[in-house]
Order: sequence, then C-alpha cells, then structure tokens
Amino acid sequence: MATPASARPRRAAVWPRLFALAWRESRTARRRLLLYMSSISLGVAALVAIDSFSENVIQSVHEQSRALLGGDIVATRNAARTPAVDSLVDSLRAAGVASATSTNFVSMALVPRTGGTRLVQVHAVSTGYPFYGVITTEPASAWGQLQSGHNIAVDPALLVSLDARIGDTLTLGQATFVITGSLENVPGDIGISAAIGPRVYIPERFVEETQLLTFGSRADYQTIFKLPSNVAPAFFMARFRPRLLAGANGNLQAAGYNESRLASAIDQLHDYLALVGLISLLLGGIGVASGVHAFAMRKIDPVAILRCLGATSWQVLTIYTLQAAAMGLVGALGGVVLGLGIQFLMPMALEDFLPVDVTVHLEPSAILLGLGIGVWVALLFAMRPLVALRRVSPLQAIRRSADADALRRTRWDPLRITLSLAIAVTVLELGLSRADTIQRGVAFTAGIAGAIGILWMSAAALSWTARRMLRPTWPFPLRQGVASLYRPGNQTRAVVLALGFGVFLMGTLYQVQHNILTSLDNRLGEARANVVFFDVQDAQKPGIDSIIRAGTNELIEETPIVAMRISAINGRPTTDIVADIERERREQRAAREEGRGGERRERRGPWALRREFRSTYRDSLTRSEELVAGKWFTAPLPNGLGQVSLDSSVARELGVKLNDTISWNVQGVQVPTVVTSLREVKWSTFAPNFFAVFDPASLAKAPKQFAILVRAPDATAIARLQRDVIAKYGSVSSLDLTLVQKTVTDVLGKVIMAVRFLALISLGLSVPVLFSAVAATRRERLREGVLLKTLGATRRQIGRIMLAEYALLGTLGALTGMLLSTGSAWATMHWVFRQPFSPAIGPAVMVAGAMIALSVAIGLLTGREVFAETPMAALRAN
Amino acid sequence: MLIARDLSKEYRSGDNTLAVLRDVSFSIPQGALVAIVGPSGSGKTTLLGLLAGLDAPTSGQVILDGADMTAMDEDQRAQLRGEKVGFVFQSFQLISTLTALENVQVPLELRGERGAGERAAELLRRVGLGDRLDHFPTQLSGGEQQRVAIARAFANEPRILFADEPTGNLDSETGARIVELLESLNRESATTIVLVTHDLTLAARAERVIRMSDGRVVSDTLSEVAV
Repeated sequence: MATPASARPRRAAVWPRLFALAWRESRTARRRLLLYMSSISLGVAALVAIDSFSENVIQSVHEQSRALLGGDIVATRNAARTPAVDSLVDSLRAAGVASATSTNFVSMALVPRTGGTRLVQVHAVSTGYPFYGVITTEPASAWGQLQSGHNIAVDPALLVSLDARIGDTLTLGQATFVITGSLENVPGDIGISAAIGPRVYIPERFVEETQLLTFGSRADYQTIFKLPSNVAPAFFMARFRPRLLAGANGNLQAAGYNESRLASAIDQLHDYLALVGLISLLLGGIGVASGVHAFAMRKIDPVAILRCLGATSWQVLTIYTLQAAAMGLVGALGGVVLGLGIQFLMPMALEDFLPVDVTVHLEPSAILLGLGIGVWVALLFAMRPLVALRRVSPLQAIRRSADADALRRTRWDPLRITLSLAIAVTVLELGLSRADTIQRGVAFTAGIAGAIGILWMSAAALSWTARRMLRPTWPFPLRQGVASLYRPGNQTRAVVLALGFGVFLMGTLYQVQHNILTSLDNRLGEARANVVFFDVQDAQKPGIDSIIRAGTNELIEETPIVAMRISAINGRPTTDIVADIERERREQRAAREEGRGGERRERRGPWALRREFRSTYRDSLTRSEELVAGKWFTAPLPNGLGQVSLDSSVARELGVKLNDTISWNVQGVQVPTVVTSLREVKWSTFAPNFFAVFDPASLAKAPKQFAILVRAPDATAIARLQRDVIAKYGSVSSLDLTLVQKTVTDVLGKVIMAVRFLALISLGLSVPVLFSAVAATRRERLREGVLLKTLGATRRQIGRIMLAEYALLGTLGALTGMLLSTGSAWATMHWVFRQPFSPAIGPAVMVAGAMIALSVAIGLLTGREVFAETPMAALRAN
Repeated sequence: MLIARDLSKEYRSGDNTLAVLRDVSFSIPQGALVAIVGPSGSGKTTLLGLLAGLDAPTSGQVILDGADMTAMDEDQRAQLRGEKVGFVFQSFQLISTLTALENVQVPLELRGERGAGERAAELLRRVGLGDRLDHFPTQLSGGEQQRVAIARAFANEPRILFADEPTGNLDSETGARIVELLESLNRESATTIVLVTHDLTLAARAERVIRMSDGRVVSDTLSEVAV
C-alpha cells in the first residue's frame, strides 16, 4: 500500500478541492437549503423592482421634461399680459425666441343637447403650442385643426360624464364651440386628475367671447418660450424675469426645474418603498438564519467525520459557507428575476399616477445592487449559525451527544459576536442609505431593533413562564407541548420572532389603511353638502338662492369671500418689509458662500406678504378650527379697528403675533385690523377654510363673492340644480361633491388593493421563514415523537402535543406582533399622516388569527413525518 | 510509535466529578497489532479518543510518532490526523451524500493532493469493491460499507490506524473477513493497528491485548509475556 515519497503526487491548492468537496457533500441538502434561502428572494425582488423602476421613471422624466412643460421656459402670471410684456415678447420673437401662449382657467361646461354640465379646466392655447411633446387626439386631425374655428378638444371622460359626442356643441360662458375631438394623450397628464377636472382645449382668441375672465376671476396667463440653442435657460430667466412678471404675481419655470422637482418627489417615494423592501429582506434574513441553523444540526455527523479525517475547523467552515453562499446566490438571483418581472408590470399598475410614459428597461446598477445586498444579507445571517460547526468535536464520531449540546459550547464565540455586530452594522447602513435624513435612518434601524428585541424578550418570557406555570394536574399532551417551549434547544425564540415580525408587518399595513379610510369616511360623512357653487357675485346671490329653494334642496351654508392683499404690518408697508427680507436673504447667502454664515435665519417668506388672500367674515368658529391663542370676536374694539383671526402657520410666515396690526387692501379700500386670535385649522376637511377670518363688522360692506353649499336630495336633483343655475348665471362654477367623493373612493380603492397586495406578499414571505424556523428542531422532535410512539402514544396524542406547542407559539407571536403593529401604526398616523389614531381591533385580530392558523398548519405539516415513522426507526437510530 | 503517559480523564457535571480514566500508561511500537478490551463503561472508548487526538486528557501525555499531541490545539491535531492517522468506526461513518469513491477521496482532498481519484479507485479495488465506486453508502451492505471505510482509512497512508468496534455492526462471517483484511494490511504496510473491542475472540487475533476495567489498565499481555 505504501508509495515511496518521491512518487507521491504534488500538492495542489487545497481550496479548489474544497469547492469540489463542498459541492458533492451538499447533494441531498440543496433543495432544503434553497428553500431557506428563498426567504430573501422576496426582499431582493422588492429592492430590485423599486430601484429599477424609479430609475426608469426619472430617466423618462428627464427625457420628457421639456415635453412636460411644452417649452424651454414657461412664464406664468395671475394677471393678463400688459402692453409692455407683449412688446417684450414681440421683440424676443424677432430675436429668434419663439413663443406661444396659454390661458388656463376653470369654468362650467354645458352641452345643450344633453343638458349635462361639468366643471372643467380650460386651456386656451395659441398656435405653436406645445413646442415639445405631442398632444394626440381622436380623430388625429382634431388637434391640427383646433385653431381654425370655434373648435374644442375635450378629455374623453368629459364626453362620458356629459353624455356628449364628437360634433356636439359645448358652451363655455357666452361662447359656443364644436367638439371636434377627444384627447388621447397630453404630456404630463396625470390620469386621476381628469376625474376631478377634465381638460378642454380651445383657441385662445375666443377667451374674450366667453366673458368668463372678468375682474377678480382666477386664471393663469402662460407664455411659453422655445429658446434658440445658443441661449441658456438660466440666463434667459435671470435677464427677463422682472419684466415678464411686472404687474402681477407669478413665476418662471424651466424644464430642468420641473424635472428636478419631480425627480426629488420620485426619490422620496422610492426611499419610502425601499424601506418596505428592506424590512422584507431582514425578515428573510431571519428565515435564513433559522433554516441554516436546522441545516447545521444535520451536519454535525459529517463534520465530526471530517474532523477525524483531518479537516481543520476553517476547512469545515469553508465547506459549509461555500454551500450556503451558493444557495444564497441562487436565492438572490431568483429574487432578481422576480423583481424584474414586477418592474415590467409596474407601469401598467401605476399609469394613472404617473405624469410621464415610462419606458421600462433593465438597470444594471439596480440589479447588481439588489443582488449584492441579497447575497451579503443571506451570507451574514447564514454564517451566524454555521460558525458553530467549526467547534464540533471529532469525538462526536465515536460518542454522539444530543444536537443541542454538540453545538452549544459555542455561546461566547468571538466570531459569532463579530457576525452579530456585522449584521447590526449592515442593518444600520442599509437604513441610512435609504432614508433621506440621518435621523430617519437611525429611527428606522432603532425601530427594527426595538421590534426584534421585544419579540425576543417576549419569547424568553414565554419560556420562563411556561417552566413555572406547568402543573402536574394538566393532561399529558398539554404538559408535553408546554414543556417543548422551554426544553434545551427549543425553537421558541425563532418561531416567535418569525411569526411576530410577519404579524407586525401585516398588522401595521392594515391598521394604517383602516385608520386612513375611517378618517376619510368621517370627513366625507361630515360634509352634509353635496353641491357647492362658487364665484357667486353679491348681485347674483338672491337669484341663485331662489333657484335653490325652488327645488327640494337644502341651503346649508353661504360663505362670503372677500379678495384682499396685505398693505402694511404694524404700520410698515409690505413693500418695505419684502425689501428687508430679500436683503437679509442676499446677505445670508453671501455669508454662506464666503464660509462665514450658518443656516438660514430669516423665516418669513415674501410669498405670504405678496399673495392675494381670500378671506371671510363670521361670528363663530367652525368645526374644523380650534382657537390656540387670543380671544374670539365679541364686541367691536373701542378704537374702531377691525378684528382678524389668523391661521397660526400663516401668522408665523408673516412674522405676526397677537395684537399686531395688519392693514388690508380690499380692492382699493384700506381696512385696518388687529390680530385678536390665532387658530389651528384642519385643512383636509371638506369645508371651506380660511387663513384670515374677520369679524363681521369689518367686511360686511366690502365687495364679495359667495360660496354656497347645498344639499340636493339625489343625483338627478344635483344635475338639474347645476343646469338651472348655469343656464342663468354662466360665470358661476359648481362642483358636484358626490363626484369628488367617488373619485377619492376610487383612488382609495386602488390604494387598498395595493395594501392588500403588500400584505399578501408579507404573508407569502412569512411562510418560508416559518418553515425554516420550525425546521430547526425537526430531528429532536422526530426522535422524541418516535420514542413516544414506542412507549405507546397514539397518533392522536402526538397530534395534540404538537397542537399545544404550536398553538402557544403562534398565539404568543401573533399577540406580540399585534401589539407592536398597533404601536407602529400609531407612530405612522401621528408622524407621517398627522391624523388621529384608533386601534383597529377587527383587522388586527384577523391578521393574528391567520398567523396562528399558519403556525399550527406548518407545525403539523412538518410533524407529519412523526406519524409516518415506525418505532423501529427509534431502535435503529442508536 | 504511540506513547501514553499517566493519562487521566475526568468529566465534571455540576458538583460531581466522574473519573473515566485513571493513570493509564503504555507504549506501542510501529507495526504492532494491539487490541484494547474491556466491558462497557471501562473507559476504552474514552482512551481511544485520547490516543487518536480527538479529545484532550485532563492530565497526562499522548505522544504520536514523536509529536506531543497534548501540547497541540484542535486544528494542529486535525492536521496530524490527516497526515498520520486512519480511522475505522463501528457504525462505518461514511458521509451519506458521497459515493464510495468520493468518500475514500476525502482525506486526500483535505490535504489538496492531486490524483486523489486514481488512488481512491486503486484502494477500493484492493478491498474488493472495484465495481462499486459510484454507489452511495445506502446502496451498500454493512460489510461493503466497512470495507469502504477501511479503504478510506488507508487513503493517506497512515502510520497508525484506530478501529473502534470495527465488527460491532456486522454478522460474524463478515466481521471475520473484515478482520482478515485489517490483518493483511497491517502486514503489508507495517501500519500500527489499535483495535478497541469488547469481542474477546476478535481480541485474541491481536498480538497484544490491553485489558481495561474501571478506567485502569488491569492487564497487558506484553508485560505478561515479558514477565
């Protein structure tokens, strides 16, 4: 047998041989290991899908940013162009800057043939619009022919809601148009906005004919510019902004600005969704850890043999780490493929919410990142239980101790502690990379750590309690089941963690959804009115009132609205104050640029000082307001000044406190007032809310318009009422609130579906994770169950033992998860949505129940082997 | 070749101390065929573990081919085992996910040796399993499995081979053939063989028998002959 030393083969590298050995040795374990590793597939899929798709959207926005705007620069004013502006635009045109105009306003549209009326967004455009992007219509020729006469192109939803056809006439104010086409695609159109205010396009030269834009009407007057290639947008904006906006409020937008605004909105949404993906990944990691722990138990024997045959502890660790890494890679690749599938489906699901047509294509960086993170997380979580294998004694080959003892010596293993730290650092790093601020990232990590910690402690508490609570008088199956909770090597912590986390995820989703819906329902319910008329002139009010009363309608409220601007605060004219603010801002900017200054200290905004306020007068507070400072109006002031109550955030913006004086310019008339109170306003209710509310005496004689809230008995009455009013008073707009409610409900329906889908994914994720957790003590249970059978236990008794154990585990995990989800739902409602929270018992119990059932099912499923094994197996095993 | 000096092993469980081996000393020259016998609980398996470096004694020394194993850590002992020690177990201890050929290759692969496949095939032919190279342990009979185990034990050309109840799970006829195989390999390659067994008929075939009882050596035929 001996070979002379000279003839002995040369030593090759050990590592290639280890690869081969690792591969061969994994033969029967591959499927199981793959099942454990699939726990991370969903997390990887989520990350890849979200990262890839948001890249696609940003890319599409970039490509279409000019089409979204329609030009290179858009100047928007809230008042018509002055002759000075017109002559500027003319000379720009002569210099090569093409321009078009668009006047945008809101109006009631009426189709005389059917009598249908609807509030619409009117875009009155000149020739040349848009310079970029294409507006397509059906028939295709309709857009090209728009300017040739009294033509109108409408949103297809409008045709449906007005029961109109191509060829019908449609009136806007005093002008009549012919519907020549429906809009198929308008760049930048967000699908759902059409439900609230459908768009119509008319030639701009007919705006005057409608007689809708009288003094005080709101409209946006846009001038769209197409710059020659040698003119930079920034230069144009800086040079011409003051002149283009002279005599009005407004802004200049460049395509890039729009794009970066959109991009940052998309980024925020992406980060938020990515956090969800991260949580799935972490839950998957827990599944991997449990499963690999079970895997390691099965490998104690082969490891002992290898150690006898001369394998060092590092060779052993390498072999099994290679196996875990290979399966982790496959699991992560599976996740990538799934994620790509989701990415390609996303445009279809989200098309109503996106402002651009998104071209979906592969994003290699997102794929590689998702894959890398998935493999890393899988490897970290897998190695933690695996490192115990390197300490398995070769003595196990000749004298076998219990699984738990064989691996138990390793509790204070420095390598294991290092891995735990690496996991913590990874979680923190991932959280920080996705959150937009450090605080959010740390809060996310702390939240996850807290949830895991609480679950861990409750599991430990269960084990502790079980041991002390056990009573000899209990029936045997119950005692045995309870004893399983604290016996050496029990799976209590792993199962409670896996189960509890799943309940936590799903419970949070459902509770938040429930709360948002309930609060919306409440608010919708609170709004008794179902029709609102606005822009009602003082002189028109009596006539409209009688039309309303002629039907069986209920007049709910008539709110006066007075347009005004601030002319002075505490005696100082606003122009001076604005100049001060801008000077201070310039100084601070200069200081920052020179490295001297710090943050922005100037908190007042010039916007609040320059804008038009639409205010009202009342003698009482409404349900949506709360007094937070000062006193409500009682008697008139002795000095004859008016009294005003401001919304507290606007007061901050203006830099105004209680007892300051504000002088208002109400269409030329100065109205001096004292700030006598501040209010906290709930802006999201369905009632008119105001920044400034005056005492009735100050404004009763001012020129005003009214918003009239009405309750009509049914849909037909609503339609009839709207038709009757607009027929007589064409400049009055009305909104069918039930339509708005329906749209909101529709949108919510989609959101609910998305939430259900996410919850289902969470459930789907929990299954492999639970399987892995339960698999850990499979061998012990098998041995024990078979032994019990040998001693005379029936299948029924064994079934009851398992039922007791898993029911207890499931209940504890579900309960803890439920409590945690209530806490996180509260935090979400409080900090993110700023709405009140009430725990949703129904959904929480439902989720908990589902998970308990799942836990019992999985327990019994994996326990079915015990039923199948014969007692002989127990005798042979030793 | 193998020297045991004042070996003792104690196990602690709570406040209790259990002495499994007490002051065991002997030496075994190269090429010897030695049997260690004793009833169940006599400490012979524990002694085997210490002699093979699978475990560390509470006190005393084990010197294998000049190397003091008690002064080494786990990994150093593992490497020594890989170079100089072969094992045969009562329950064969083949890795169930590897074929017969791959099982025999393991010690060579752990040391990164080239040509592991050819050598393993040669060894299996030598033990009469040339036609079973690709079979898994579950497809082999008990005797065949033990022969694979023996082939594996000789793969790295060990200086010493430890066999723990090698015939314990086999019928008498198969067991006898296994022992014959061990004896012939011992003669051909001058490998020291240390057998642990409670089977006295098997023990009788060894040239030296060390009898254990209650953790001590109670008789040693070598010293008896000398005496």
